[in-house]
Amino acid sequence: MTTPSVLARVQDLTVRFRTPRGEACAVNGVDFEVGAGEVLGLIGESGCGKSGTLRALMRLLPAARTQIGGRIEVDGQDVLGMQGPTLERYRGGTTAMIFQDPALALDPVYTIGQQIGEAVQRHQGCSRAEARDRAFQLLDQVKVPSPAARLNNYPHEMSGGMRQRAMIALALSCSPKLVLADEPTTALDATVQIQVLLIIRELQQRLGMSAIFVTHDLGVAAEVCDRIAVMYAGRIVETGRTEDVLLHPQHPYTQALLASTIHGSLRGTRIEGIRGAPPDLTRLPQGCAFRDRCSRARSECGGDVPVLQPVQGGHAVACYAAR
Amino acid sequence: MASANDYMVDVAGLRKQFHVRPERWGAKPRVVHAVSDISFKLRPGVTMGIVGESGCGKSTVARLLMGLVEADGGDVRLAGQRLGYEPAQLKAVRRKVQMVFQDSFASLNPRMTVEASLMFGPVVHGMPRAEARRNAHDLLARVGLEPARFAGRYPHEVSGGQRQRVNIARALALRPEVVIFDEAVSALDKSVEIQVLNLLQDLKAEFGLTYLFISHDLNVVQYISDQVLVMYLGKIVEIGPVQAVYEHPAHPYTRALLASMPSMDPRRRTVAPPIVGDPPSPIDPPSGCRFRTRCPHAAVPCAEAEPMLVRTHTQTHADGSHQAACHMLNAAPGSWQPLVPTPPVHTRTTPGAMA
Amino acid sequence: MNTTTAPLAATALPAIEASPSYWAGVRRRLLQDRVAVVCMVILALIVLGALLAPWIAPHDPAVGSVLKRLKPVGTPGHPLGTDELGRDMLTRLLFGGRTSLLMGIAPVATALLIGGTLGMVAGFLGGRVNAVIMRSVDVVFAFPSVLLAVAIAGALGAGIGNTLLALTIVLIPPLVRVTESATTQVRAIEFIDAARASGAGNAVIMRAHVLSNVIGPVLVYATSLLSVSIIMAAGLSFIGLGAKPPTAEWGLMLNTLRNALYSQPLVAALPGVLIFAVSLCFNLLADGLRNAMEVQ
Repeated sequence: MTTPSVLARVQDLTVRFRTPRGEACAVNGVDFEVGAGEVLGLIGESGCGKSGTLRALMRLLPAARTQIGGRIEVDGQDVLGMQGPTLERYRGGTTAMIFQDPALALDPVYTIGQQIGEAVQRHQGCSRAEARDRAFQLLDQVKVPSPAARLNNYPHEMSGGMRQRAMIALALSCSPKLVLADEPTTALDATVQIQVLLIIRELQQRLGMSAIFVTHDLGVAAEVCDRIAVMYAGRIVETGRTEDVLLHPQHPYTQALLASTIHGSLRGTRIEGIRGAPPDLTRLPQGCAFRDRCSRARSECGGDVPVLQPVQGGHAVACYAAR
Repeated sequence: MASANDYMVDVAGLRKQFHVRPERWGAKPRVVHAVSDISFKLRPGVTMGIVGESGCGKSTVARLLMGLVEADGGDVRLAGQRLGYEPAQLKAVRRKVQMVFQDSFASLNPRMTVEASLMFGPVVHGMPRAEARRNAHDLLARVGLEPARFAGRYPHEVSGGQRQRVNIARALALRPEVVIFDEAVSALDKSVEIQVLNLLQDLKAEFGLTYLFISHDLNVVQYISDQVLVMYLGKIVEIGPVQAVYEHPAHPYTRALLASMPSMDPRRRTVAPPIVGDPPSPIDPPSGCRFRTRCPHAAVPCAEAEPMLVRTHTQTHADGSHQAACHMLNAAPGSWQPLVPTPPVHTRTTPGAMA
Repeated sequence: MNTTTAPLAATALPAIEASPSYWAGVRRRLLQDRVAVVCMVILALIVLGALLAPWIAPHDPAVGSVLKRLKPVGTPGHPLGTDELGRDMLTRLLFGGRTSLLMGIAPVATALLIGGTLGMVAGFLGGRVNAVIMRSVDVVFAFPSVLLAVAIAGALGAGIGNTLLALTIVLIPPLVRVTESATTQVRAIEFIDAARASGAGNAVIMRAHVLSNVIGPVLVYATSLLSVSIIMAAGLSFIGLGAKPPTAEWGLMLNTLRNALYSQPLVAALPGVLIFAVSLCFNLLADGLRNAMEVQ
């Protein structure tokens, strides 16, 4: 693709949950775009809103307790406004999701072959035999050994890494344009994690899919993502190409996060973490949410929330002190 | 009285097998070889990291050392005290060794306040309640939690990092000499993790503790440990000073494990996985060297006999403290017929580090 | 204990912020549940009435005149009518409450003590002890509870004492099961390992850690058993195995008023209404209690 086209566009997304202690603003005005064939990483610690953003994109948030605002557009379709059959076709067909825990996506009482086959039949309307063939091909693509035998395995008969690969196969079964991955390798062993990451990267490149990859592990983001958006307290504080954000971070939070990432090579030195704690999502402070923990906070930080301003190329920061 | 030559932790030949109920009524019961012949010694004040993947037995080792699980064989001495399973012996050992578990929430009784949880151990060992309460408050302050605010709270009212601090305070309440951390920081956010690790370093210096740090995170282990022990399917495959093992890994599994760490540099990404397949189950491990089914250097002797720990030839550590269990360690390349023809594996050679 | 710590000063510790305990939270949520509150009020009134019966009852429960038999509800002097022997219904119901409630509550309380302890020990120790206790309990469980109660009471003879014994025996197995299951779940949680790692023995761990975590679901179950027990006690009296005449007891009264069902249906139904009300209230209260305990 020579001209980069935009596959997904999120504008001013807000997600609010009703909790016993008040209304929690999990996502507070998030804007980003994902180009065709591009992998965007959403990085942040727990409570930053990255999982909420992903679930909003898949319309998986419980309608009763949640208020969603803003606009989400994927492949020209308005996602937040979808209902009924359109929504069913969208989920799995246009956009698919890979979860951290394969137990969430895999039904324990059906074999892998049956589950993938069912998804293929529903979305592509082919016969059962054709669906089974497709399931076989998919398992082969995700490098599951002896795929023919695996089709008849139940999820509990497979190891963690194998289950995760089966879930990826399930997600890819209907050739989605956008794949949402919510910490898919966090629960895996190191040697299995690197294999799964490489499979994801290879398939994404070969099939030309776009992906949004949520993780808290900067190493994982460096391996898989083309661009990164760093989130804090429900907002994007920095975004740009992976090299730019990881090697030349501009936002104080990104810098502190990178500085507090433990490296074996830092042995013998004392790493200081980020003092303080993330803000209570039911009581967000005025202005920049990172203000209380920031070493470079100024008076303007308590006023309006800083917006993303371009620094150079595709690199943008939301910080008054980074100018 | 421990002299300089005495070891704080002395483990010899530790063994544990579990029996899995057979699937069919007449079938033979299957044996899980969780821990096989583990031996190591630790001097006082040392931090030993234990790394390995699922099924390697590292958590079982922790539980064996705490006496929570009864060993099938082997000798364990902790701070000079021999580990026995009579109630009096166990109680004596538990004054010397304590453990911090991975799940900070499940480790605390949800119906007990923080203060009550911290008082429980000392009171069991005979401390009067008033003194135990003072002890609890003192410890809370030492781990960075203000007693007035936290002593009366319940576990669910406290964040993950704070809960883990409570667990650490609880482990110290009995003034042990050895503390075992079983994936204690794995579930924490990165910025919280570093705070807790700093706390652990401070406490170790202040109380003169010896640590056993079990983790799957190789970076953290390298950062915090003095020595490291690599386990695979219940056996030690490599042991030695941490820098020696990380910079000159001798065992093929250690090399693969280190090479599996994701690269922090987006310009130098991993090209191919250093090892293929999943860690096998500890039921019916392969004969001889347990790693041979995934090892690129496997040769005929590897299937016949289990390798013993032998010295490696690392320049900086000629004292023999760096050892690995591999038949091929000192063999000339090509001197043995390989078991399985393996394709060459191209990966980055330096483990993940930013440029 | 340890000589390396500096002697702790004898100053008073600063006051700590106390958080509301779990049970305080349960009580608060229970009081916010309207259905549960209504049930508690009804039960309180009935229990109070039964307790104070000797002082507030208008007549003597044993004295009746055949001339005044089966008067309807609203007769002056007998607000709830009279029974087939001319005894005042209100008085009989109040005194009957003492017996009926006793026969309902005492077996549950006793079974809770015995069964709860057995279940906790079985669940915590596991292995052979568990096998022995649970299989013994299974034997008793194999019999349908009502038939078993009837058989035991029948073998021992009628009378309140024998009925109490029969009901207690019948109620022990389910309580053992529930407690054992709850204990087994709690035993697998890491804080029990942590308590063991602190050097505590089994008895201490069961008392300090297991009990407080297990008592919630067991209490809910016991409350729901109360509703069953009341009905079984009344049932046993109805078929002649429980309270003996002329004792006032709701189930027995239902039996003796059976023939009056067509002439004075309201009066004949009154004991049944009370049995129903008490049973239902205990049942709904158990539900409310479970909901109040659910929030973690």
